[in-house]
Amino acid sequence: MDFALTSDQKLMQESLSRTLADASSLDRVRKFAGDLTDKGGDVWQAVADFGLTGIVIPEEHGGLGLTMLDAALASEALGAAVAPVAFMGVVLGPLALMGGGTAEQQAEWLPKLASGAVMAAAAISEPIAGARDGAGVTAKAGKLTGKALFVPGGLAAGLLIVADTAGGLHLMRGDAPGLTRSLMPGLDETRRLAELAFDNTPAEPLSGGAALLARLRDAGWVLIAADSLGAAQVMLDKAVAYAKERRQFDRVIGSFQAVKHMCAEMAAELEPCRSLVWYAAYAFDSAPAEASLMAAHAKALTSEVGRFVARTATEVHGGMGITDLLGLHFWFKRLGLNRQLLGGPERVREIAARLQGLAA
Amino acid sequence: MDLSETPEMAAFRGEVRGFLDARRDDYAQGAAKDVLAWQRELIAAGYAARTIPREYGGYGAQPDILRSRIIAEEFIAAGAPRGMAGQGISMLVPTLLEVGSEEQKARWIGPTLRGEILWCQGYSEPGAGSDLANLQTKAVEDGNDFIISGSKIWTSTAHMAQMMFCLVRTEPQAAKHEGISYMLFPMDTPGIEVRPLKTMTGGSEFNEVFFTDVRVPQSAVVGGRGRGWFVANATLKHERGMLGDPNATEARLAALIELMKSETVDGQRVIDNPVFRDRLMQLQGRVLSMKFNGLRLLTSQITREPAGLAAMIVKLQGCELNHQLAALAIDALGELGILYTDGPHLRAKGRWQWNYMFDLGLIIGGGTAQIQKNIISERGLGMPREPKPAAA
Repeated sequence: MDFALTSDQKLMQESLSRTLADASSLDRVRKFAGDLTDKGGDVWQAVADFGLTGIVIPEEHGGLGLTMLDAALASEALGAAVAPVAFMGVVLGPLALMGGGTAEQQAEWLPKLASGAVMAAAAISEPIAGARDGAGVTAKAGKLTGKALFVPGGLAAGLLIVADTAGGLHLMRGDAPGLTRSLMPGLDETRRLAELAFDNTPAEPLSGGAALLARLRDAGWVLIAADSLGAAQVMLDKAVAYAKERRQFDRVIGSFQAVKHMCAEMAAELEPCRSLVWYAAYAFDSAPAEASLMAAHAKALTSEVGRFVARTATEVHGGMGITDLLGLHFWFKRLGLNRQLLGGPERVREIAARLQGLAA
Repeated sequence: MDLSETPEMAAFRGEVRGFLDARRDDYAQGAAKDVLAWQRELIAAGYAARTIPREYGGYGAQPDILRSRIIAEEFIAAGAPRGMAGQGISMLVPTLLEVGSEEQKARWIGPTLRGEILWCQGYSEPGAGSDLANLQTKAVEDGNDFIISGSKIWTSTAHMAQMMFCLVRTEPQAAKHEGISYMLFPMDTPGIEVRPLKTMTGGSEFNEVFFTDVRVPQSAVVGGRGRGWFVANATLKHERGMLGDPNATEARLAALIELMKSETVDGQRVIDNPVFRDRLMQLQGRVLSMKFNGLRLLTSQITREPAGLAAMIVKLQGCELNHQLAALAIDALGELGILYTDGPHLRAKGRWQWNYMFDLGLIIGGGTAQIQKNIISERGLGMPREPKPAAA
């Protein structure tokens, strides 16, 4: 009975961080970012070998059968490593199948997802963050037509989970006829987003409707929040380390209160986020009545704090902070993407208000 | 991570709720009708002084994160007053438990918990605020006694308190931090004069205290002569926990939500204004994060793992958040938020305005926000101290 990570969870996260230190080193990330032909297959394989691709998939389907809190801890480690891995689909794909798929669909896909042989991606931005540029998908007699934007991992996924404008969810094969995918070139080059276009593209409906979509949304929010937590923590750590080394006026700059107070403010803002992310992840599995509200607040607060830490940590680094050489900008941009994906904080907080009956 | 409610915990929740339901006549609007009787009842039931050993007058329960949470939640839900939370209970008692002699524990803890003895804290001086260790009030040995002279400031409740826990300089030749002793003495000792200190709220929440040849026995010292700085640091740790209490913040948020639902502008509820609603949601996210940070701290207390940054940030973040909640309430009231003293349009007896002003004092007191940031960066992040300026 406690509010803390288990020793297994701490061990898993440390071990994953060590794996990523090699598999997703800054040099490796830099290459991925600068080379669109680089699909990051080796990083994906390292993550699959670790078991991460099956993290929430039940053991009988070849997964680890772990909780959302475990998935959040993994997401935090991936954010810390600015890893070029589309982790959201790794969790949302299986959740969609388990929550709305038939036994046959589960038996067909879950083992392949668990092994990492197939990658899943979720195209759910429009009903959650709102439709931009006329995007949206209509379903008619087992065929989807329209566009879905901002799909993480959507370029390479062999399995797509697609939300239609009426709140229904569909399962689509990566080789379905009438599916076109294109890159949406973004600021954060550590994760590639896809625009998916459907033209009478066959898809199998999933049951579960709006309730399942809300579950996917909550899971997405928790994972993004955890990713931001990891990325922001690294930015703070780097700022502190830099301030302890960099000398000006015959002193390390970290001895100036003007500088150390910036670091203290980052720590003071970030540390409570950790507890909120843990609780939101825990609530996803164990406190369903609170899960959506907690996920929303975790997403919104880490977005605000993430922006504050990203700019402040960059400032602590002085001019070096904005160079490509230092690479700090990979974390800065990662936090920038996390803030907007599946809804910016204003939109997410409006949903939070609605969830409590405080907004129409 | 496991906060699930077992049948045992659900039964405990039922007990707390039953206790509060049965006593609805004993309190109204968050205040007890007979404060001392209410406090005695709470201790007997284990809802106050819960983990203080029974031999010293507490309830004697083991720390239990879930039961503590259930108690806090049920009291908030019922709008029932928690136990007394003066400086004696929140700061002196934990300090005595940590470093007090057996005789001091037996003599002071019980009556303090029951509210029979009210304490005030004699720390700050006109020349010793953030630089508390620079305090100059001196205690000179005289036979079996000390003779105290000097003055203290920011002494809340000094005008009501029967006792003071006080920092005085007993070894003037020792280094700044090593010449201080922590003493307990009655406020009616001859030579003590209390003058109220009027603040911006219009009230006198603090006092100045002047000592002229105040004679105190040597047995008044806690934790050993010259050890006062270390004893005080134990106390300050408890004060910082108290000043950022997330349960109090949660209760204030609940009151703010009610205010925004009931107040109208041009017939529209304030909560229906999207700008105000977003500000409320921003603060709710922060309140929740501090609530769970608090649960994390409780767990680390139980497992005796160092809480690190999670503990160091509570005073800074908690006090700021309380101030922000009051600020939003005043903005939600708009022109009504200008009103302060009794009148037909005044809301909540001016409590939001009082909190807004008083909380600024809490941001400054108990270690200013800037001192907190020094602590966070130096002790939490391992950053170097500001070098001392070369002597002029």
